[in-house]
Amino acid sequence: MHFNGEQQRQSIICFLVCSLKGFTMGELEVEKHAQYILSVEKRKDDFESVVMEHLRMNGAYWGLTTLDLLGKLETVDKDEIVSWVMSCQHESGGFGGNVGHDPHILYTLSAVQVLALLDKLDVLDIDKLANYIASLQNEDGSFSGDMWGEVDTRFSYIAICCLSLLHRIDKINVEKAVNYVVSCKNLDGGFGSIPGGESHAGQIFCCVGALAITGSLHHVDKDLLGWWLCERQVKSGGLNGRPEKLPDVCYSWWVLSSLIMIDRVHWINKEKVARFILDCQDKENGGISDRPDDAVDVFHTYFGVAGLSLLEYPGLKAIDPAYALPVHVVNRIFFGR
Amino acid sequence: MDSDEDERIPFSQRAEWSDVKPVSQDDGPNPVVPIAYTDDFRETMDYFRAVYQSDERTHRSLALTEEAIDMNAGNYTVWHFRRLILETLNADLHNELDFIERIAKSNSKNYQIWHHRRWVAEKLGTKATELELDFTRKVLSLDAKHYHAWSHRQWSLQVLGGWEEELDYCGKLIEEDIFNNSAWNQRYFVITRSPLLGGLQAMRESEVRYTVEAILANPDNESPWRYLRGLYKGDTSLLLSDPQVVSVCLKVLSTSMNCVFALSLLLDLLCLGFQPDQEFKSVVESLRTSDSATPDSNLAKTVCSVLERVDSLRSNYWAWRKNNLPSPAVQS
Repeated sequence: MHFNGEQQRQSIICFLVCSLKGFTMGELEVEKHAQYILSVEKRKDDFESVVMEHLRMNGAYWGLTTLDLLGKLETVDKDEIVSWVMSCQHESGGFGGNVGHDPHILYTLSAVQVLALLDKLDVLDIDKLANYIASLQNEDGSFSGDMWGEVDTRFSYIAICCLSLLHRIDKINVEKAVNYVVSCKNLDGGFGSIPGGESHAGQIFCCVGALAITGSLHHVDKDLLGWWLCERQVKSGGLNGRPEKLPDVCYSWWVLSSLIMIDRVHWINKEKVARFILDCQDKENGGISDRPDDAVDVFHTYFGVAGLSLLEYPGLKAIDPAYALPVHVVNRIFFGR
Repeated sequence: MDSDEDERIPFSQRAEWSDVKPVSQDDGPNPVVPIAYTDDFRETMDYFRAVYQSDERTHRSLALTEEAIDMNAGNYTVWHFRRLILETLNADLHNELDFIERIAKSNSKNYQIWHHRRWVAEKLGTKATELELDFTRKVLSLDAKHYHAWSHRQWSLQVLGGWEEELDYCGKLIEEDIFNNSAWNQRYFVITRSPLLGGLQAMRESEVRYTVEAILANPDNESPWRYLRGLYKGDTSLLLSDPQVVSVCLKVLSTSMNCVFALSLLLDLLCLGFQPDQEFKSVVESLRTSDSATPDSNLAKTVCSVLERVDSLRSNYWAWRKNNLPSPAVQS
């Protein structure tokens, strides 16, 4: 870390005094972050843009969800977005990361999430999409990412989340899907990408999310996992993803959402996590980075803002920890207007 | 990026590509999340789209996918098409392993590369056993906690075999960095799943000795403490009755002062009904600050109070533990 202990202590004391009344509104650069997201397209010859081309669907989900959490979604042209999203759909029903790309479960979820944000799920042939996802379930209950067969608990989460949003979860064998996820549970209470895989906060989010959505959280030892998760908090206040690794803003999402889903979020020091996220902002140009003073990107901007939303930062819309969509969107899907 | 970047000849100037009409990216009139491109990349992808749409599966299109991957190894559609070409050409997949290794040098955190590697290895079967162990070892020598590499290595051991030296390999990595949680995780994977060792029961005693040594070397290391608990795989009576467990706890508390993990394990033992002797009680008592309220006659509560103080980041967790002690722990 680049601040010394004394500076850290002073800024913490100052912050705690303010936080008695809640966070200071001016800390999060709402306008700058919104502008950052909207302006990403204005860059030419940008290396980051070049390598993100095939996952533009993910980028759209990160960017648009962040805008909605910041209360700025009305600035985008919804019809154009919907039109572009639909042009990424393959005849199999799945979505590619961009126009002309092959379908993959990753981009299929992002497409559904983007449409859900814009309240345009009705443009979908829901059964066609659901059938595509169902076709990716394997004999042992796991899910492949696409026709090439890569298996990872991330895909279990994606399939379950996506089908649940479309009210089509009955298209898969839920019991087998749950059993597969449970088979990836480790002795420390965490979950890996495959059975025996090291517990990792990102995989834990996926597995806990999958179990939460299917009403199967009784398979989780909440006390044991809660402790593993709260051990992710390091001295600086940030969260890492595994023991002895560096903190990263994206874990603010994965660790926090997991803790919330198992009702143990009070076990971490929330003020220090919020402080860490706020310190990762580029206060001049907007955007959030993985840790203080690094380069910003849309991915970390989304996770930083989403993490702050989970911490109930004032002014942000609430986000659902399992569906990773604003609560008002999830309510609209499950409870009507 | 690499040394012959200056010498790259645009596709439009290559005689062997003169029959192909490049297809540009269709972003639509007003792209939503328009991506900025470098000219080289744009041109390469235009030619890729042309061969992809015409489904040309030839050596030149294979070479083209290599160029496209060099520029952007994350583009899964290019990898997908490359697989189709390799299948059609019935290409020598050993060469493909070399190709992947080259690309992985600068892109090792990329899912597509690992997935492609697995596809190739699966096709080669046991011919790839040593190669996969070798490849992952190389990646791990650069980043010993590389999640993809470990995942691939685990897959490879289970599907292609090669368990013979895996325990030694874990030992070597732990020796290089005793804090490497991935290596400890792999060690657990090996002792529980290797067809060559007798399973957890048979390995337990030697592993406990190994772990205790690691704990004593660095008591603030989270991994061996978790590993130790894992060795008793939920068998609490075994955990309680093993003198090595209690002894390492006491040793660390007596010599290390404020060791969170030792206190935490002691707390768990007390909750399981462990009856501490006077030596334990004295050591814990000495950790209590003199200005705290009347000493608690209950050792478990005292341990929680100490933890609330020395692991203040998680004070809510320790407070919760204090208020939720099971009856065995509350009987001093």
